[in-house]
Amino acid sequence: MSLAEDRPDSGFRLSKLVYDSRYRGYTIQALFLCALFIAIGWLLSNAAANLARLGLSPSFDFLWNRAGYDISLKLIHFTNDSTHGRAALVGLVNTLFISVLGCITATVLGVIVGVLRLSKNWVVARLMTVYVEIFRNVPLLLWLLIIYAVLTAVTPAPNAYRGANPSAHMWFWGSVAITNRYIALPAPMFTHSLGFADLGIFWISLDFVALVAVIVAGVLINRVILRRASRIQEATGKRPTTWWSTLLLILGPPVVLLFALGLHWDFPALKGFNFRGGVLAPNSIFALWFGLSAYTAAFIAEIVRAGILAVSKGQTEAAHALGLRPGRTMSLVVLPQALRVIVPPLISEFLNLTKNSTLAFAVAYADLGATLGGITLNQSGRALECILLMMLIYLIISLVISAVMNVYNRSVRLKER
Amino acid sequence: MSDVTQAFHRSQMIPAREPPRSQRGAWKWMHENLFSSIGNGVITVVTIAIVLYIVTLSLPWFLHSVWNAKSLTECRTIIHATWGENAGGACWAVIHQNWNLYVFGFYPIAQYWRPTLAFVLLLVALMPILFSHMPRKMIWFSAVYPALAYWLIWGGTFWIAVTIMLGFVAGWLALRVATRLANAPLGVAAAVLAAVLWWLFAAGPVASGLQHLVPIRLPFVASDKLGGFLLAFIVGMCAIGFSLPMGILLSLGRRSDMPLIKTTSVVFIEFIRGVPLITLLFTASFLLAYFLPPGTTFDLVLRVIIMVTLFSAAYIAEVIRGGLAAIPRGQFEAADALGLTYWQAQRLIIMPQALKISIPGIVSTFIGLFKDTTLVIIVGLLDPLMGITNAVRASTLWNGIYWEPYIFSGVIFFIFCFGMSRYSMYLEGKLKTDHR
Amino acid sequence: MKTSVFLAGLAVAGLAAAAASASTLSDVQKRGVLNCGVNTGLVGFGAPDANGHWTGFDVAMCRAVAAAVLGDSSKIKFVPTSGETRFTALQSGEIDMLARNSTWTFKRENDLKLTFVGVNYYDGQGFMVKKSLGVSSAKELGGATICVQTGTTTELNLADYFKQHNMQYTPISIKNDAEGKQQFLAGACDAYTTDASGLAALRATFEKPADYVILPEIISKEPLGPVVRQGDEQWASIVRWTLYALIEAEELGVTSKNLEELSKGTKNPELNRLLGSEDNLGGMIGLDKLWAKRAIAAGGNYGEIFEANIGTSTPIGLARGLNAQWNKGGLMYAIPFH
Repeated sequence: MSLAEDRPDSGFRLSKLVYDSRYRGYTIQALFLCALFIAIGWLLSNAAANLARLGLSPSFDFLWNRAGYDISLKLIHFTNDSTHGRAALVGLVNTLFISVLGCITATVLGVIVGVLRLSKNWVVARLMTVYVEIFRNVPLLLWLLIIYAVLTAVTPAPNAYRGANPSAHMWFWGSVAITNRYIALPAPMFTHSLGFADLGIFWISLDFVALVAVIVAGVLINRVILRRASRIQEATGKRPTTWWSTLLLILGPPVVLLFALGLHWDFPALKGFNFRGGVLAPNSIFALWFGLSAYTAAFIAEIVRAGILAVSKGQTEAAHALGLRPGRTMSLVVLPQALRVIVPPLISEFLNLTKNSTLAFAVAYADLGATLGGITLNQSGRALECILLMMLIYLIISLVISAVMNVYNRSVRLKER
Repeated sequence: MSDVTQAFHRSQMIPAREPPRSQRGAWKWMHENLFSSIGNGVITVVTIAIVLYIVTLSLPWFLHSVWNAKSLTECRTIIHATWGENAGGACWAVIHQNWNLYVFGFYPIAQYWRPTLAFVLLLVALMPILFSHMPRKMIWFSAVYPALAYWLIWGGTFWIAVTIMLGFVAGWLALRVATRLANAPLGVAAAVLAAVLWWLFAAGPVASGLQHLVPIRLPFVASDKLGGFLLAFIVGMCAIGFSLPMGILLSLGRRSDMPLIKTTSVVFIEFIRGVPLITLLFTASFLLAYFLPPGTTFDLVLRVIIMVTLFSAAYIAEVIRGGLAAIPRGQFEAADALGLTYWQAQRLIIMPQALKISIPGIVSTFIGLFKDTTLVIIVGLLDPLMGITNAVRASTLWNGIYWEPYIFSGVIFFIFCFGMSRYSMYLEGKLKTDHR
Repeated sequence: MKTSVFLAGLAVAGLAAAAASASTLSDVQKRGVLNCGVNTGLVGFGAPDANGHWTGFDVAMCRAVAAAVLGDSSKIKFVPTSGETRFTALQSGEIDMLARNSTWTFKRENDLKLTFVGVNYYDGQGFMVKKSLGVSSAKELGGATICVQTGTTTELNLADYFKQHNMQYTPISIKNDAEGKQQFLAGACDAYTTDASGLAALRATFEKPADYVILPEIISKEPLGPVVRQGDEQWASIVRWTLYALIEAEELGVTSKNLEELSKGTKNPELNRLLGSEDNLGGMIGLDKLWAKRAIAAGGNYGEIFEANIGTSTPIGLARGLNAQWNKGGLMYAIPFH
């Protein structure tokens, strides 16, 4: 290539578009562009012709029609009088909810398993290997089906809590009931509640906002105090005692706030067919959550293991030579270095987990695929629109995750100069 | 100091004593591997207890297995008669009775030899690719295998398979001639053109002409007859076979200097990776038909294969991009310095290294792809996990069966996926040329 | 194999089919195969057996049409469809007709541009509960958890019913009936709801069917019938009148046993018109004289099909009920063959 550039330029000839490596790129791209336009145009004209032939006109109007069905798990307000659009939103919130939960537990579990696979304890190491292999090599759909069926089979029906001599007992002094439909938990109630704020799309509890605000404020103030303590330590060599102020700042305000709001608990109790009161967390959440986390954790464990093995042995030996115990070596020396190798594939596992959550249909969890791509699609028959919209939403989620990944990659890249 | 006379002095060696109990045999092993500390010991005991608990819970069910029965009711009768009224047990007879359905779907029974032969030949065709010490000539068989397998499974005239392959030959000839007359890029264009023209206009008449002269044909089997593991294999293998070259091209496209090609590749890859496979399958089922000329429709299995191929190609492209990124710049520069063209450099220097690095990623993409074939049920294809199982349960004989079909398909999937992952480990070890 | 097929691309050979004409009938005849959309597996209504042979109540409808149009009830490609894919499969031309227990509704006919040619089964949504629950009416289900199979109009009816009766409920929407059943048996839901025919079929498969009751309330009308695309009146007529021919045959007492004998000619002009010994009704819908005879020969008349697949003699054991002939207290009323 450099030779070609050294040659004296004898003006432009048409044949250069093919023969000259400087211009060939443009020729190829121009041809490619033409082909692309022709292909896209062909597809679009076909689509238009087909739709016209069938007398269908794509329209998203159905999103504003009454949905007419109920969703058992809704984190934002929804009744069967809400619109299909709202149902899709409920599904989206559910998808995001399970994805975030799943990502957190999958990471924790994955790191633990990945580290334990390298454990010196033979039983533990083998068991973790078995776990990883079993989960990696069997389809997720099957795992979800199995976990859901097992969860249902091993837990008692609400009926078992009935009568003078029930066969099942509530946990934690009669406050928590584990049934094969849901786990009934006590719900916090406030006598002097601040009420709700309408954010347009959903309502948010002001009590919750206040609590979060107080905790965040406490943590921030605490940080200032700690920093001051460090400064004093650097200057004088003596660190003022701070644990009591930390404790006070973090625990004090929330306790005071909760007391002021009049916190009490609403305990679930069996009435009629089901428990009433409290919070009922459906089993489908747990099945999907366990399934997705356990499945993804098997992949994450492999990533973590590979990451740890990628850290040169000298690092471990040096840490040992400094007198660090194995646990601290792992957490202070090996893992931080392994993180650079671990994080990019880890985030793509998060992406996979989010996309895999579309298998929620196997466990009756109302995710985006079950509302927009399932019942709404069935009821409205608007397959084209529903699927396109669903793809678009997932695409946006993925692009956001990808963007985060790229930012991270740039920040941890080894600075080579 | 003269009276240093009597130092202790041994005249006889003491025979070597056995090492203490804790330092030998099973004890030593257990001490080191199971009970090296109190914490470790506790973990060991708890783990073993959990494993034992699970085994005792599920063991009776497995022990009370019934292998021969005509229906679920009969199974239950046998279990109750043998192990008591309240005993539960596995009814593997459902697999036994529906074995053909699980393996071949609805493929005509008289033709079972065809997929079986295709499978055996697949193993033969894979040999030279998987294991390097096989004779290199066998790679020619691998090259013609796809056409052969297509003919075996779908049937029709043999000459179709031949003419498909002749298209490649035509392309290759055009490449040689055009390269000699003009230059390489023109050669590639001529090759593609020649192959496409051959397929579009010449292949049909030639095939029917040859069929007329020398009739070799198998009964045609429509793809709605495919199901079970045969379907999973066809979808999986086709997608694996086609997605690798496509993934390589995409990854090169993504690293290309030409902005248009680069953008197209990036958009394609990010789009496919960004949406769940389910939506792509729905696309294959609903949307593809809208984008074809009005009134045209083509086989759902083929549409699904195309979509699954695109899906895995995008993932493979990313894996290979990782491999490409790991190759030092010096390699590219050295190739340029040797005066190699772009494609020569890729073929001889860059790709062999990049692919080697990417093997684990590629294989795990393939494993994922194979597992994902279970999702085709949502577009109505009868996959082994839920599709065939649904069909089996829909017969009055077996309606009510739950665990057995799932466990069965799970085990089969495990065997194949585990095999693939072990192979990738073997390959990784073998190709490892650096020393750490 | 025709050479024209290759134009769709060589790799697609044998897998592609161009069906560019406007007439479904001529397409089917040219192809020699009827593409019929069915369920992926529903007890009694449509499922393949271990040899891949499809049987069932809906499947029999496909076979009758294939027999009428192609003269051979086995020249069918059964295309299993899911709840989501069924209507698009029809719209895109992948299937020629859909016989997949689909409910005839206003929106489906007018918004999705489909034609429901008639009703081959009058169904209604019901509830099943465990006997030990002590529930005898759906009105006592307030507060219950209800397993509902998605993919039909079921969720809507359920929501409507509980709203009307001012009751609360928790739905567990399950796609696959095997999973739903597993949940129901384990007590994860108090009641299971789907079409009454499905409930009966489901209960028949339980280990102890007597422990479960189907509640008397039927909360919806579910007229199930074959569907075709809009815009091809001739094809719609063929499917519609094939259905009516089966129903009419039962009313007139034509069975697969006496079919041959009756088709030689009888005193009943209507019967003669139906079986083609008089007049040429088939010619008016683009078929030959004997189309209805072949349709009936494929699986018997409507009553025979019903009995063979879902009737009281089968494990599913459905009574005729609404699906009896109009003169026997049911709703099956064939339009006259004049």
